[in-house]
Amino acid sequence: MQIEEMRLDGNAAGGVLRDVFAHDMTAAIATCEGCGKMGPIGALLDYAHGMGVVLRCPTCDMPVLRIARMHGQFRLDLSGIRWLTIPESTSPDRTDAMT
Amino acid sequence: MSSDIEVIPEAAVPAAVPARLEWRVARVLSVHDETPRARTLMLDVPQWPGHQAGQHVDVRLRAEDGYQAQRSYSIASPLEGATVALTVERLDDGEVSPYLVDELRPGDGLEVRGPIGGYFVWHVLVGGPLLLVAGGSGIAPLMAMLRHHARADGAVRAAIPVRLLYSARTRDDVIYRTELEQLTNPPLVDVTLTFTRESPPTWTGYRRRIDNEMLEAVSWPPSAAPHAYVCGPTSLVEAVATSLVELGHTPSGVRTERFGPTG
Repeated sequence: MQIEEMRLDGNAAGGVLRDVFAHDMTAAIATCEGCGKMGPIGALLDYAHGMGVVLRCPTCDMPVLRIARMHGQFRLDLSGIRWLTIPESTSPDRTDAMT
Repeated sequence: MSSDIEVIPEAAVPAAVPARLEWRVARVLSVHDETPRARTLMLDVPQWPGHQAGQHVDVRLRAEDGYQAQRSYSIASPLEGATVALTVERLDDGEVSPYLVDELRPGDGLEVRGPIGGYFVWHVLVGGPLLLVAGGSGIAPLMAMLRHHARADGAVRAAIPVRLLYSARTRDDVIYRTELEQLTNPPLVDVTLTFTRESPPTWTGYRRRIDNEMLEAVSWPPSAAPHAYVCGPTSLVEAVATSLVELGHTPSGVRTERFGPTG
């Protein structure tokens, strides 16, 4: 099976990201440090296997965000993100974050 | 000494979302076999805060030896319900799905965390037209959207036409088949099926994998600016998303959720 068939996307990392950040992160917009492409975290490519999550830019394949969780610690590498815009999570009915 | 702190009346504070998603033990209320491969679990999740159509939960299984396995499953129930429905498809070599589909019984507990997601979500307030493209069990989150649409106020619903394109191996693999037939109400709700492995002898519809020609025939033109949601096996999702963009749809209007390899 090709590795591409197994990849997921940023949606799958939504749970662990929610553990770290105070808001939903799948709708957050990240600017890729490698190519400048802007897009939601939910649309990044997730090659996570085992303990770590690596979210890659769908345009240039650069690791945008890396997160590992071990021994009571979260380890993040956010060096692939230049700007991160996070919609505030308020009530479950909030919908303008989806436009 | 006077303070510059402004006291905000509690009524003005928006409903709080918990700062942290906790693992909770949900109780299985009932199970329902949708197809030979897929089963819906109706869960009672304590202190469930409600959810949006398209969101998912994480499910965690823990063995006595400490081994843990975790997977994500889309919520198939609309936000208007009190229970949480997960539709799980058995992967032959899966670690978690065979347990959920074959072993879990009503009354059992199941660790879940959620709801999760803010990108792959749809609500009637987002508007339409709504284009839903599903492969296999990818129909689950799109069904939550359809069910939410069906429960909306008549005027709101009438303003949002929906087109679903659903790819399944055979007719027996169509999850929610009866309900989809009941919801079909063209031109407001249009459901198109395509079978990739075997189709009924009397079938006059599509009998192949989703391709550009099929998408162009089924979906709206880019000028209609539909909100598109594509969910299912990774290979299908990526092919469909690429096709939609090739057909001229704005990339930001096409939202994707990959389920990984097919079973």
